[in-house]
Amino acid sequence: MILGLTITTSYYLALSAMLFVLGAFGVMVRRNPLVMFMCVELMLNAVNISFVAFGDSMDDIRGQVSVFFVLVVAAAEVVIGLAIVVAIMRRRPKITADDISVLRG
Amino acid sequence: MEAIVFFVSAAIILAGGLGVIVLRNPVHAALSLVATLFGVAVLFIDMEAYFLAAVQVIVYAGAIVVLFLFVIMLVGVDKAEDIYAEPIIKQRQFAALAAAGMLILVALVGVAFAGDVTGQPSNEDMTISRAIENPDGTTTPAETSNINQLAEALFTDYVFAFEITALLLTIAVVGAVVLARRPKGDLQPLPDVEPSWALRKPRAVTPTEATDPSAGDDADQDPDETTVDQAATDGAETDEAKA
Repeated sequence: MILGLTITTSYYLALSAMLFVLGAFGVMVRRNPLVMFMCVELMLNAVNISFVAFGDSMDDIRGQVSVFFVLVVAAAEVVIGLAIVVAIMRRRPKITADDISVLRG
Repeated sequence: MEAIVFFVSAAIILAGGLGVIVLRNPVHAALSLVATLFGVAVLFIDMEAYFLAAVQVIVYAGAIVVLFLFVIMLVGVDKAEDIYAEPIIKQRQFAALAAAGMLILVALVGVAFAGDVTGQPSNEDMTISRAIENPDGTTTPAETSNINQLAEALFTDYVFAFEITALLLTIAVVGAVVLARRPKGDLQPLPDVEPSWALRKPRAVTPTEATDPSAGDDADQDPDETTVDQAATDGAETDEAKA
């Protein structure tokens, strides 16, 4: 029964929503900065899925173009974020996101 | 057939995502992330985005996750994160509530626009050319391949954005080098903030600790001692500098 199912765009969007919520939950709950970055990657991937799914349903290549730019921005973000993490952890190892509250207003 | 591919890769994606947020060891979390990224790449192939699938595997699984693992190895695997401790009271519950709210919101929107997703491409030049299955069983290949179409869009209408991306990547590289460079002089110590209380608090008071008052006193005195030590070393350093 399930094999004859046609996978419409809605299925992809539902999966994308679930993955995005997983990532958002991780960012809210985890305190290791590295794992928080990984959760941000999960959210970005969820958005990429829905971009490609919409592009597929509208028969439009621009959904994939958007994903291309999201990939580039994600790569730049990870590079800068990990450099900051390394710079902080070099001074204070075993730090969690809660301890880096010096910039708090 | 498409349904099998979709549900298997959806299961892999969600299991990997769950692994990222529940596994205590960051290395395991990074490996779960790889599973998720591969699942997403399979879905991209399913939706005929072949170039993006390849880029997903090469850039994400090949470069970004390796960068994560590299940093984890560089700063040391931190198994000390007590994932059962909650620094903010009821943080888990509120986060779960917010997540459930988001999901319900999306579901409501989905119900409101039940049925197929509607919409119309605004530009005929941008339509995806696909392989066509003929009634007699043969398949007419697509006029232009996925990569050609993507490149055509990227280097005509979106060429300015593409060039800006190059600038962004250059800035990112320079910024990473500047941030990760070790300064020449002595490192200024970071202001000594107290570690969040929940990490120091014992998770459960065992009977021996409950009867032994010295155990609790030690935990209370620790931060004071470290600050005193810090001040002493700071003073010594400034003395040396004067000399």
